[in-house]
Formats: sequence, structure tokens, C-alpha cells
Amino acid sequence: MILATSLATPQIGTVFWTTLVFILFFLVLAKFAWKPILNAVKAREEIIKSSLESAEKAREDMKRLQADNEAILRKAREERENILKDARDAREKMITEARDKASEEAGKMIEKARTEIEREKLKALSEIQDQVASLSVEIASKLLGEHLKKDDEQEKLISKYLKELGTNNN
Amino acid sequence: MKKKIWISVISFIVFLLPFFTLAAQEGEHSAHPEKTRAGSEAEKGFNPSEFIMDHISDSHEWHIMTLGNGKNVVIYLPVILWSKEKGLSIFSSGKLAHGHIHNGYMLVEEGELKGRIVNAGSDGSVDEKNLPLDFSITKAVAGMLFAALTGLILFLLLARSYRKSGISHPRGLQSFLEPVILLVRDDIAIPNLGHEHYEKFMPYLLTAFFFILINNIFGLVPFPPPFGANVTGNIAVTMVLAVFTFTITTINGSRTYWKHIFATPGVPFWLLPIMIPVEIIGMFSKPFALMIRLFANITAGHIIVLSLIALIFIFESLWLAPVSALFVIFMDCLETLVAFLQAYVFTLLSALFIGLAVKEEHH
Repeated sequence: MILATSLATPQIGTVFWTTLVFILFFLVLAKFAWKPILNAVKAREEIIKSSLESAEKAREDMKRLQADNEAILRKAREERENILKDARDAREKMITEARDKASEEAGKMIEKARTEIEREKLKALSEIQDQVASLSVEIASKLLGEHLKKDDEQEKLISKYLKELGTNNN
Repeated sequence: MKKKIWISVISFIVFLLPFFTLAAQEGEHSAHPEKTRAGSEAEKGFNPSEFIMDHISDSHEWHIMTLGNGKNVVIYLPVILWSKEKGLSIFSSGKLAHGHIHNGYMLVEEGELKGRIVNAGSDGSVDEKNLPLDFSITKAVAGMLFAALTGLILFLLLARSYRKSGISHPRGLQSFLEPVILLVRDDIAIPNLGHEHYEKFMPYLLTAFFFILINNIFGLVPFPPPFGANVTGNIAVTMVLAVFTFTITTINGSRTYWKHIFATPGVPFWLLPIMIPVEIIGMFSKPFALMIRLFANITAGHIIVLSLIALIFIFESLWLAPVSALFVIFMDCLETLVAFLQAYVFTLLSALFIGLAVKEEHH
């Protein structure tokens, strides 16, 4: 019991030394340890925080850029599709047009050729008729010669025959 | 860098050496043979309460061990005394060993003043009326000085490593101590003091926390003499710490704090004569609880460990030794937890009290 009392009685010397040691311990550490340590920890935390924030921002930027890229790409693809489609259409159109024109041209040429042929044929026919007429007159004159004295009567006869021929031929 | 640490540690030891004298004393030649440890234990049998009290109370000498031939290996600590008649006197406590009287002082070995240095009467009696002021470097003070020096070296090195490494990730000492510093900041200071006040009180809280923690842990290490002193189990030490918390609380008390003491809102005026004394008692009971809590917890831990050791000598059986050792190991693990926990609790409650005083209520 006596010993317990001595345990629970603070000694002046211990109080003095504890106060002195604790104040010195506090002053030295506060100035040379806690301040730099807490500042360093705080600075590091702030840097970590700002780094994380900028990383987050960069990620968002990236996402946005990616979305932009996607959109641009999609647009480009559409454009290409359109251009190709236009080209295809134009080609189709050109081909059809060319074909139409060509067939038209061909039709015209055929038509022209046909009329030409018709005309040539008619011309040839009339030439042939003339030829035949003069030939027949010659032949007939040679054949008949002497038998035909009156020229005007002969002419009449011949043209009568030729007419008959002509109508027969037609 | 390591060289510098060693140089500073060695120079510290060299500096203190003249004040400490190691001696192997002979129990038989003592002026009061019945009070030397080996002698008393052999003659009167083992006294567990004396054994325990010798270990946990403060002392002017640091007893290391008792050799087989009855000699005690003791470190004599410096005695610093002041009295009106004789002024200041500084000498080694070895001069007071075995009941010797030096410069009119003697060490009381019996009774209520056991372990105190008193003025000796001409016939060797104790002059109880006129006690000298004792500023000696006792066992607790020496242990505390060593702990404080260790703390200083540790945290100055830590601060230097922060200056060197800048803002890079924690490494070495940093990765070991930074989580503890952050624990004090994030779990003690900020929740209790708030973001606007906590920075002002961080140095005090960190200092108190590590001062208590280092002393608690060093007190648990049993053997080589700078360790094993019962510093935070000394009522004077815990009293000083509590007084610091009280002073900081009172100085930083806001208007709201004082208003709650002298004109508690919501209390009818006729109750104030009761309320004001109660509130004033509350101001003092908070730090008083801090003082008692730390003192009692650490002392109790030491007493349990010592009791378990004492069991071996009480039963005088070697077979009990392994059982005792196992229990002591278990208790030491528990006490390591308590060492940390009590430092945490003291700092937490200090922060809480300061936080309550600092906060300005907005009605």
C-alpha cells in the first residue's frame, strides 16, 4: 500500500525532466521533421490527385477524339459509298445513252442506205429501160432492116411494145 | 549516411558516460545487508510484491542483474539535488549506495519515502520535514532521454529522406513510418479537428503520439539498460503529457467552448450554480483521465508480465518456467498492441478535447 502510494505520487524531478525533454522533442521535431514531412506528403498527395485528374481528362479527350474519328470515318465511308454509287449510275447512264445513240445512228444509216439503194435501183432500172429500148431498136432495126420503110410507123410500134414491157415489168 | 548515425549515437553515449557508473557491488559489505536484493531474497525468501515494485518504480540506480556470488551489477545514475542550505549538488548515486551518507544526503531504503533522497540527520535519521528538491536523472528520465533521442534521430533522418527523394513514392524508412504519420493525420487529427484546424495541431499530436509510442515500446524491451524503464507508467510523465493537452485545449478554447462552460445554452439560469462547477470539473477531469489511463495501462502491463515471471520464484519450480515463459510471450504480444493502442488513444482523446474546444458553433 505504501509502495502503491509512492507509485501514484508524481516526483518534481521527473515532472521537470519530462517537461524539458518533451518541449525540446516537440520544438526540434516540429521545425525540422513534422513540417518538411507533412509538406512532402501533402505535395505528393496533391501531385497524385492532379495527375489522376489530368489522366481522367486525357482519357475523356481520347474518348471524344475516338468518337470524332469514328464519326469522320463513318462519314468518309458514306461519302465513298455515295461517290461509287454516283459513278456507277453515271457509267450506267453513259452506257445506255451510248447504246441508244448508237442504235439510233445505226437505224438512221440503215434507213439512208435503204433509200439510197432504192434510188440506185430506180436509176438503174430506168437506165436499163433506156438501154433496152435503144438496144431493141437497134436489134429490131438490124433484124427488120429493109422491111421497115416508113420510119414513123416503126417508131410508133416500138414505143407501143416498150410500154407493154414496162407495165409487165412493173 | 549510416556512418553519421553511428557517430551521433556513439558520441551521445560517450557524452553521457561520465554520469553513469557501472559497478559490481558486494551485497555482504552493505551497511544495510538486509536491503540488498540478493541478501534479502536469500534470507527472507522471495517477496513478489517487492520484486514487482522494484521493477516498476523509479530509481536512482539501474539494476541490471544479481550475480551468483551475490554481487549486483548496477548502473549508478547521476543525482542532482537542490536544497536551500546546500544549494545545488551533483554526484553519482553510487556514493549513496549501501546506506552511505554523502554531503548530508542519504537514500531511504525503507518505509514511506523508500527510494527518495533525503537530508540525513547527524545520527543517520531521516529528516522528513526538509526534503531536498530532487532533479536526478532517474531510471525513468534516462529511459525517456534515450527514447527521445531515438525519436529525434529517426524523424530527422526521415525528414532528410523526404527532402532528398522529393515527391517520389515512399521507400525505406518512409514506407515504415509514413503510414503511422498518415494514421495520426487521417484517423485522429482530421476527423476530430476538422479540415480548417487540423494542421495547426498536427505537430503536437504527432509528437505526443510518437513520444508515448517509443517510450511504451522501449519499456517492453526487458534487458539492455536504455530499454526497460517504466517511463509511460510513471505518473509524473503522464501528468506532464496530460497538462500539455489541457494547456493547448484551454488556450485554444473558442468563444463557444467558454460559453458552454459558463452559460450552457438551454439550461435554466437557476441551474447554473450547479452546472458551472460541473463544467469546470469536466475541464480538469478530461486530462486527469488521460493521465490515469496511460499510467494505469502501462503499469498494469508491466505488473502482469512481472507477476508471471515471479510465479517461477514463488513456486520455486523449474517446470513452471516454460509455462510462465509462454504466458509472458503472449502478454508481451498483447502489450505491444497496448503500447500502440495507448499512444493512439491518448492522441485521439487529445485531438477530441482540442477539437471540442476549437470548434466555433454557428447558431
